[in-house]
Amino acid sequence: MASEQMNGAEMVIKSLVDQGVEVIFGYPGGAVLPIYDALFQQNNIEHILVRQEGGAVHAAEGYARSTGKIGVVLVTSGPGATNAVTGLTDALMDSIPIVCLTGQVPTHLIGNDAFQEADTTGITRPCTKHNYLVKDIGDLPRIMHEAFYVAQTGRPGPVVIDLPKDILQGKSDCYIPPEEVKHRSYRPQVDAEPSKIEQAVKLIAAAKRPIFYAGGGVINAGDRGSELLTRFVRKLGAPCTNTLMGLGSYPASDPQFVGMLGMHGTYEANLAMYNCDLMINIGARFDDRVTGRLDEFSPNSTKIHVDIDPSSINKNVMVDLPIIGDAARVLEAMMTAWDEGGYQLDQKALKAWWSQIEEWRAKDCLAYTQKGKLIKPQYAIQRLYELTKDRDTYITTEVGQHQMWAAQYFKFEEPKRWMTSGGLGTMGYGLPAAMGVQRAHRDSLVIDVAGEASILMNIQELSCIAQYNLPVKVFIVNNQWMGMVRQWQELLHGARYSESYSSSLPDFVKLAESFGMVGMRCEDAADLDGMIQEMIDTPRPVVFDCAVTQDENVFPMIPSGAAHYEMLLGPEDKAQKPISEEGMVLV
Amino acid sequence: MSPKETNIEKRTIAVLVDNEPGVLARVIGLFSGRGYNIESLTVSEVDQLKNFSRITVVTSGTPQILEQIKAQLERLVPVHRISDLTNEGPAVDRELALVKVAGAGEKRVESLRIADIFRARVVDSSHDHFVFEMTGKSDKLDVFIDLMQPLGLVDVSRTGVVAISRGPKGL
Repeated sequence: MASEQMNGAEMVIKSLVDQGVEVIFGYPGGAVLPIYDALFQQNNIEHILVRQEGGAVHAAEGYARSTGKIGVVLVTSGPGATNAVTGLTDALMDSIPIVCLTGQVPTHLIGNDAFQEADTTGITRPCTKHNYLVKDIGDLPRIMHEAFYVAQTGRPGPVVIDLPKDILQGKSDCYIPPEEVKHRSYRPQVDAEPSKIEQAVKLIAAAKRPIFYAGGGVINAGDRGSELLTRFVRKLGAPCTNTLMGLGSYPASDPQFVGMLGMHGTYEANLAMYNCDLMINIGARFDDRVTGRLDEFSPNSTKIHVDIDPSSINKNVMVDLPIIGDAARVLEAMMTAWDEGGYQLDQKALKAWWSQIEEWRAKDCLAYTQKGKLIKPQYAIQRLYELTKDRDTYITTEVGQHQMWAAQYFKFEEPKRWMTSGGLGTMGYGLPAAMGVQRAHRDSLVIDVAGEASILMNIQELSCIAQYNLPVKVFIVNNQWMGMVRQWQELLHGARYSESYSSSLPDFVKLAESFGMVGMRCEDAADLDGMIQEMIDTPRPVVFDCAVTQDENVFPMIPSGAAHYEMLLGPEDKAQKPISEEGMVLV
Repeated sequence: MSPKETNIEKRTIAVLVDNEPGVLARVIGLFSGRGYNIESLTVSEVDQLKNFSRITVVTSGTPQILEQIKAQLERLVPVHRISDLTNEGPAVDRELALVKVAGAGEKRVESLRIADIFRARVVDSSHDHFVFEMTGKSDKLDVFIDLMQPLGLVDVSRTGVVAISRGPKGL
């Protein structure tokens, strides 16, 4: 049955409403004016006006990651779309469900180098999970609903819909609701084959030194993923480590949690990975930041890899038992099989394994010394954690040293509390992401842990934060350096600090005040707690400029091209182990 | 060093896709973006009603890379099915070439004689040229084209490999 007549723009809005969208992040322009006109005439969807399209995508990512819903973006043609590309790539790398609507010049002008024309589907093809160019209004409702299905089904990711202006203005009665749209081909496998589950529990039951290595896939599997992971790991009594993306999928204060692994992971997590005899990877992808040198990566272990994306299997590391499926469903099946089989781990072996891990843990690899007035960055972040841990807190970060310290010193007890750009490593991610998180959780404490360099990459979004009075707290760990670049230059390039000094920084206090926000600056360790508390208690957006010591490096560190056991624990370690030529070329 | 590069294999992969704009670009972009090889690639609609196209791609790599290629192809949204025709039982593969040879006298006669041996057909001719059409396995086409080289080879156009599995089962 035909629906009522409406134009393409109204159909877009109707589709969003039917998909349960309550907020979109966007920026208007010529090609999307019909959608903005339709937005103006309705009250179901709120629009958050960002200050640059890149901010819109990161905001939608923050919204999506902290809620488990799909983030929706609306930008115009040409530069609107090209500005969104970094955010789309970020969402693709970190598997975040995004639907991004881009305006396009009218169909008859496509290919004519029209004003604000760009080949958006061409440009975004490699940085989206899928994309569409709508050439016929009759396809519009199907494509809208398909995009939502594709974005969130299987391994989530960004989907672009390119909307020519004449399609938005054309009228039709072709609207159909979501339930009438079924995708022709895309049906990812979510349930594992039962025989693989059987094999997995048998491998686990036979393990003497097992470790769970859980990543973002557990978080993407919904709250149940984390619940089941926690229950299963506790039932077994085995150690569990998380990737950067997986932090919060297992409660960090649990004694079975050995911390984050990888390049800046804990000593105990990396050595446990190296020495384990069974690795159970749930929803992680053996990223190079996790594995270090591949031929020395956990050389003596049997590896189980649970992933919803078959292309993650055997991509970097060959595994013994691949299991394709949704992390939560696989964990549930494993637990059932475990219980039904009456299995138990070898308690004596497990005890020996734990005493070994405790020995590594006793190294206290994240220790640092805070003395005197000058604030160590680790201390700043640890105090921030201590003073916010009992609150309803969400953390976003930019990219660099502060990001790694936040990952090391914050203890995430539940999923969806930690939003960081893991795969792409996008500086400028944290501020707009925090906007999206705060919009989704208006009464929660949302903090962007930032560096003074990263924050300047999307600083324009302070204006957006001010407009909507989103009480985001921007905590700038200000060491006046692009700290991670400086660290690599120190370790790898003979301390030739080429272009990594943050010169001509703004006065962040005045900058905040110019947007009508609260600005604070802390330079003395004795003032830190009081000022952080004041920041927390301020019910408005705050920019907190925390001056920290300049020469601190992130440790532990597995230098690129090195193996897990070749970890540097502190500054005095580095002289003994020069970094290999092979390692130098790795990023 | 890793044993990479030492065990390079060649595979013919059939990919059944929705015949929609950009689908070929998606497949090609996947190969170029991830640094995989394409030795040949053909595409055409095969089912107008169901709107299916079939892509046949010949690629090479280590077994691990080849598995990656298949997994990456399979996760493209408009891809319905893929089949590794080299690995999944026997398959027939064929290629068509159009070969233009220009010349006169003994060389011209010789080219026709060889064409006959190879069962190539003449699809265009004048007093001083032939266009041969030839179908067969790629290496057979290679040999034919090599033989035409000294006889006045002017132009070659090849379709790339199309392939289908032997036996009664479809893709």
